Amino acid sequence: MKYLRTFPEKCNGCNTCMTVCSRLYFKEDNPEKSAIKVSPAGKNGYALNVCNQCGACVAECPTLALTVSKQGVVMLNKSLCINCLACVAVCPTSTMMTYHGGLAPFKCIACDACAKECPTGALKIEFKED
Amino acid sequence: MNAPESKHDIEKMRQAHKLLKEFSYELQPVVKGYNNRTLYINLSSLEIKEKPVPAEMKEKFIGGKGFDLKLLWDAVTGDTTWDSPENEICIAMGPIAGNTNYPGSGKSIVTTISPQTGIPIDSNVGGHFGPYLKFSGFDAMEIQGKADREILIYIDGNQGKIQIMEAPEEAMDSHVLAEQLHEMFAANEREKQHVSVVSAGHGAEHAWIGCLNFSYWDKRRKLPRLKQAGRGGIGSVFRNKKIKALVVKYSGLTGKSNNPVDLETLQKTGLKLHKEIMALDDKQCHMRTIGTAHLVEIMNDYDLLPVKNFRYGSHPEAEKLASWVWKKYFTQNVPDGCWFGCTMSCAHGIDNFELKTGPYKGDRVLVDGPEYETIGGCGSSTAIFNPDAVVEINFYCDTYGLDTISFGTLTAFVMDCYENGILNKERTGGLEMTWGNWEAALEMMHQIARGEGFGLIAGKGVKYMQEYFAREYGADAQFLKDIGMHGKGLEQSEYQSKESLAQQGGYYLTNKGPQHDEAWLIFMDMVNNQIPTFENKAEALHYFPIFRTWFGLQGLCKLPWNDIEPADNAQQAEPNKVPEHVQNYVDVYNAITGEHIDKQGLMMQSERVYNFQRVFNLKMGHGKRPDDYPPYRAMGPVTVEEYESRAERYDKQLQEKQNIDPAGKSTEEKIKLHRQYREKQYESLIDAVFKRRGWSKDGVPTVEHLKEIGMDLPEVIELVKKHL
Repeated sequence: MKYLRTFPEKCNGCNTCMTVCSRLYFKEDNPEKSAIKVSPAGKNGYALNVCNQCGACVAECPTLALTVSKQGVVMLNKSLCINCLACVAVCPTSTMMTYHGGLAPFKCIACDACAKECPTGALKIEFKED
Repeated sequence: MNAPESKHDIEKMRQAHKLLKEFSYELQPVVKGYNNRTLYINLSSLEIKEKPVPAEMKEKFIGGKGFDLKLLWDAVTGDTTWDSPENEICIAMGPIAGNTNYPGSGKSIVTTISPQTGIPIDSNVGGHFGPYLKFSGFDAMEIQGKADREILIYIDGNQGKIQIMEAPEEAMDSHVLAEQLHEMFAANEREKQHVSVVSAGHGAEHAWIGCLNFSYWDKRRKLPRLKQAGRGGIGSVFRNKKIKALVVKYSGLTGKSNNPVDLETLQKTGLKLHKEIMALDDKQCHMRTIGTAHLVEIMNDYDLLPVKNFRYGSHPEAEKLASWVWKKYFTQNVPDGCWFGCTMSCAHGIDNFELKTGPYKGDRVLVDGPEYETIGGCGSSTAIFNPDAVVEINFYCDTYGLDTISFGTLTAFVMDCYENGILNKERTGGLEMTWGNWEAALEMMHQIARGEGFGLIAGKGVKYMQEYFAREYGADAQFLKDIGMHGKGLEQSEYQSKESLAQQGGYYLTNKGPQHDEAWLIFMDMVNNQIPTFENKAEALHYFPIFRTWFGLQGLCKLPWNDIEPADNAQQAEPNKVPEHVQNYVDVYNAITGEHIDKQGLMMQSERVYNFQRVFNLKMGHGKRPDDYPPYRAMGPVTVEEYESRAERYDKQLQEKQNIDPAGKSTEEKIKLHRQYREKQYESLIDAVFKRRGWSKDGVPTVEHLKEIGMDLPEVIELVKKHL
């Protein structure tokens, strides 16, 4: 399974990852539209929340709009999605995302764009057994 | 699917079609939950037209069942019977229907003049037909007239085209027909999801308990699922009109298809309930894993499960039909919602079930259910404590287009008559209708489907059989009346009401007959003693039927209201009302329509339509106090055997409630004392309920009340004045 592994202890809270992600997929710098979320945690630390590709949402989707790619990444086919947001509710890590005014949810597809830009090496694409 | 009819030669079927009428209409978006037009089809004249929805119709009737009843009222006279050409089948949805965010939002409400009751019946059904019809451009559909040949109505919601076509070659039974039509009208596998079929079956053709199946395509199973508009014989009317199927095709569904005014509130409210269901369902009702079948052992434990035609409320063998049994039958971990976005997901299915009887014997089929009502009616009430048999009865009822509740209750009545010597093998044509004889029960159903033998008599329902057995066999009419579990002609659904006066009212002080969708008050009344006085009971029998009418106005399912409750619900002032969820409904309604109602406004919408339906019953020559009495078995012990099975309870009640010492009295004497007391109690209940509902002593809504609630339409006032 391909997924974005996080190393929050290395995160400096610069939010570059959120900028990269929302620019890439929504053409704007908007943290609400980033599939990875950085938030303050503890004293001077940060939490990184992003999909771990567990697949709980895949089983819930009534239209089979969510599938697992050959590499083990959960993908959303927007043309099949009817916007019920059941996947958002069932997600155990709260990483199936929505934004104000949006219809379809969105999520991390382990594309590596943010990891490439992360200045501290807090993000890394890895593979693990299912 | 190995049935003979299921080798689909779609091309041959298609070539046999003859186009009888085509109608084009302009596509337009839904605005704030409404199309503002309905569809009218007449099968006698082949007229198809769209009808505008005036502002007053929206204000007074809201949508769904309200629209149905308004259209039906305008179509029929007081002399119309179920098989009159002017009788209609109306299918409507409601402004909230079809949203994909709030669980339970995909219901259609179907009405007609019932063959069983002679008054409007309404049935609430899942499946995709209703929402697809709505997004095809219509808030409701009315079908009037009768075809002179087998026809199919096709609505293409993306092309704006409606066709009536002769369809002689397709199968009749629903599990085959639905599969054929999904295949026929979808250009490819992916499109099958955009098709939905309404159909009945061979049973509906010969019985008065016919139901309709509304399909949806199950992408995982690659088969159509069937949800039933079960009650009151709508399928019988469908077949009487020679309709083989209705088909709708619509693609393009999104979370914004209703064009809601406030999408964010709609999404937020839906997501809140989704999360509640995910977090709490396993601790509450297990709807996602077992569905309504979770109720079997609860009802058995509380002496509420119908056993042997409602003689008793529990049975040692009931555990053979308990939820843990069904959990193993139902395929798990499949999103089984009957409309998109319903995470309650209770529409469970049994895959690869091998049939043991009938025309499809040996086939491995997908069975929808069984749900609690089917288990109670076709299982415990007939003493068929055999889950395989219950599944088989469930399957055949569905595919033949027969209502499982009525079939269960009428079969239990037949067995009771057989055990009491009113029926015998000679009279049933060889069917040994003893308790638990599932093979005989199924054979009786196959006879209904074939239109032959005793099945033809039984298929007309309990009320018909009561009259028939008294007339033809000289049976004791009073005894038949006491044990025949129907009200107004509709068979009772599957809860024991003997010990709950409020639930007797919940069943029999209803608009359409004893169905549990108006009020289920047994725990409030009997277990928790929350409504001890007549006034308390009357308040509950005002609030709950009115509130629950709202589901039908909107195209909603009742289950997400109280089969899941917020974690802190018990701490609320009136937990039985699930106040947070009622507020959710207000919020969702306002978010879609842009209106600004509150909880009182919600109730007022319902109260108008509820009273209108009562007046509609009057129009059809019913709807007064004499129509609102239960058979005595729904109220107390009819026979010595019943009394003695609960002797301790009944003796104690004599002492405590009537201050009568039971010692030295015969069981017959004690039964009589109970009966006098209970019947008097029921009279007092009627008085209190009618008063609370703003009705006369005779059960007629008063002019003052109709004015007060804004249902003082001239034709309504004119009608009630004749009866006041």
